[in-house]
Amino acid sequence: MTLAAAVLPLLTVVVVLALIHRPLGDHMARTFTGTNDLRVERGFYRVLGVDPASSQSWRSYLTGVLAFSAVSVLLVYLQQRTQALLPYSLGLPAVPEGLGFNTAVSFVTNTNWQSYSPEVTLGYTVQMVGLAVQNFVSAAVGLAVAVAFVRAFVARRSATLGNFWVDLTRAVLRILLPGAVIAALILLSGGVIQNFNGFTTVATLTGGEQVIPGGPVASQEAIKMLGTNGGGFFNANSAHPFESPSPWTSVFQVLLMLAIPFSLPRTFGTMIGQRRQGYAILGAMAVISLVSFTAATLAELSAHGAAAQAAGSASEGKEQRFGIVGSVLFGSVSTLTSTGAVNSMHDSYTAIGGMLPLINMMLGEVAPGGVGSGLYGMLVLAVVTVFVSGLLVGRTPEYLGKRIGAREIKLASLYILTMPALVLAGTALSFAVPVLRADIDGTSILNPGLHGMSEVLYAFTSAANNNGSAFAGLTANTPWLNTALGVVMLLGRFLPIVFVLALAGAFAAQDRVPATAGTLPTDRVQSATLLVGVTVIVTALTFFPVLALGPLAEGLL
Amino acid sequence: MSSSRSTVRQLGTAVRALVLTLVLGVGYPLVITALGQAAFGDRADGQPVTLDGETVGSAIIGQGFTDAEGAALPQWFQSRPSAAGNGYDGGASGGSNLGPENPDLVAAIEERRATVAELEGANLSAVPADALTASASGLDPHISPEYALLQVPRVAAERGLDETDVEALVEENTQGPDLGYLGEQRVDVLQLNIALAALET
Repeated sequence: MTLAAAVLPLLTVVVVLALIHRPLGDHMARTFTGTNDLRVERGFYRVLGVDPASSQSWRSYLTGVLAFSAVSVLLVYLQQRTQALLPYSLGLPAVPEGLGFNTAVSFVTNTNWQSYSPEVTLGYTVQMVGLAVQNFVSAAVGLAVAVAFVRAFVARRSATLGNFWVDLTRAVLRILLPGAVIAALILLSGGVIQNFNGFTTVATLTGGEQVIPGGPVASQEAIKMLGTNGGGFFNANSAHPFESPSPWTSVFQVLLMLAIPFSLPRTFGTMIGQRRQGYAILGAMAVISLVSFTAATLAELSAHGAAAQAAGSASEGKEQRFGIVGSVLFGSVSTLTSTGAVNSMHDSYTAIGGMLPLINMMLGEVAPGGVGSGLYGMLVLAVVTVFVSGLLVGRTPEYLGKRIGAREIKLASLYILTMPALVLAGTALSFAVPVLRADIDGTSILNPGLHGMSEVLYAFTSAANNNGSAFAGLTANTPWLNTALGVVMLLGRFLPIVFVLALAGAFAAQDRVPATAGTLPTDRVQSATLLVGVTVIVTALTFFPVLALGPLAEGLL
Repeated sequence: MSSSRSTVRQLGTAVRALVLTLVLGVGYPLVITALGQAAFGDRADGQPVTLDGETVGSAIIGQGFTDAEGAALPQWFQSRPSAAGNGYDGGASGGSNLGPENPDLVAAIEERRATVAELEGANLSAVPADALTASASGLDPHISPEYALLQVPRVAAERGLDETDVEALVEENTQGPDLGYLGEQRVDVLQLNIALAALET
């Protein structure tokens, strides 16, 4: 392993992001601030019965988000339950109730946790018409909430945040759909399949039989990555050669995951008219992600642990074409964004190497996080940071001209407390309630000892953060885990959205206070460093004990 | 407007918004299928490989070269261990998910090391890691050049071929890293074995 082989793939990603974040970020800013509607959009608004010029209060905006998501859950659930009647179901039966609920919630919340194995569960129609549609619109919901929040910083004494239906439509038609078409064609050129062939059985070279799957994979793969969704067409996800045939398609998928989340700070800076503020947010995201990726790479290359020592390298659960570095790059990015796709099996990582994806999620998916959710998560942390530093130096806390009073800091705190509460409560219940523990120990956990605890912790962390990756040895298709993880995904997605839109409403209603000599600047290296510090300390204090019980103990013993 | 009326109205809007399903769930994948089949037909179909007119697999999906009991057929280059079904099952992709300290995994690795070393007549320490570990997909089409070269003497002896000819075949079928620096060097086992079969005839 030469240093160049370890560093050049990362450098490629950084250079491409540096080149695209401006045009993409500015395009998104124009998309959400422009007043012109495309002809197709006007037609769509007529179908919806929506006046695109109208603007909604935060409560009305939130109602739109929740109504749209509720209807989506119902639709995806019904599609799965009626699968046997749908075309191209490949002879697969209806999905059972519990799994159908879990999967519908999973895709609507942009989590894409998969309690099921796609090859034996879902036909092409549910994948395309159910899941892939949610890949678009759940990402669009994230974008909509993020821009509504950003508008609140620009607004003065305003009762409204914009129109959810307009934001949703524009996010789909002007950003995600064009991006997905281009990405799908590039993936096709790299060998990702796109057909309706079903399963074909061939006679192999040695006279045996092999089943070769087909499917409309490239179209789904493109939006799966661009929308930071992560639900694989196949069980092996992006490790499957039909989802990612080569090292370069894997790096391209890494770029798709990062493209929108790393461009949104630019969108933010442009929309508020202070680009440096956007770059301060971007800088904090970049520092955290670089440190995490470096640590994970070193851990995997160290080949610490019994299995890696026996084999000579940590190559269990990794593809030869990607190698260690290509696997860790993908795994890190997939958990630093809220994607959750995998091109290697995180359950088989070394103890410390596998702890880093877990920590990436525990940070709250903010470095750079999911499409939209990463930006609003980091902005809430920025509010908390200003509050903390304001207390330290005895100044009135304000962020971008908005005062952070009691109501604002309460909402920000509720936002931050939601995810850890869900993760820790879900994990604790699984082990504390005897009947659940018997099920977890007997049915769900694959690996013995400390690693089994980590599998359950990973599952709840992934669900609460809407990531979707797994320590996949865990059998999650059980009544308890399907239900608990389903509820955690719903609360982990929509409670923070409630708090962030309420916070947006509070900020929008304020006038903007002019910056004075007493205002703490938030666009400096110092303030970005503080933001990193607050992000890490909040996470470390919350999760250190449970990490010590699982991966830390496993890695250090 | 009361908030309950507003909620009902927006629920109605949400139901009407389902027309997006037609654009994103039907129109989009069908357009991509049409474009993909027209521009990249063979790739869009998964790069089927044919031998004497019969399809024997996909160029990018790994295959097992073992007997029904899973023992290596010595006249063929061997793929990595696979956790997909009973091995290289294209209907059940996936990894073993065995953890870093799992004693079953450690035992499996040690057993594979002994088996491979015996088959190749090599030292235990000469067996590379990819020969000892299952991939993430269970359908990994590739092995490392080190593992391919380790198998050359055995394959050549079984087939009565010159070692240098078989070694040249391995080199011809070695590819990567992409662009010189992305990913690892690798040998596609199915394509190597097809080239091997062609060498004899």
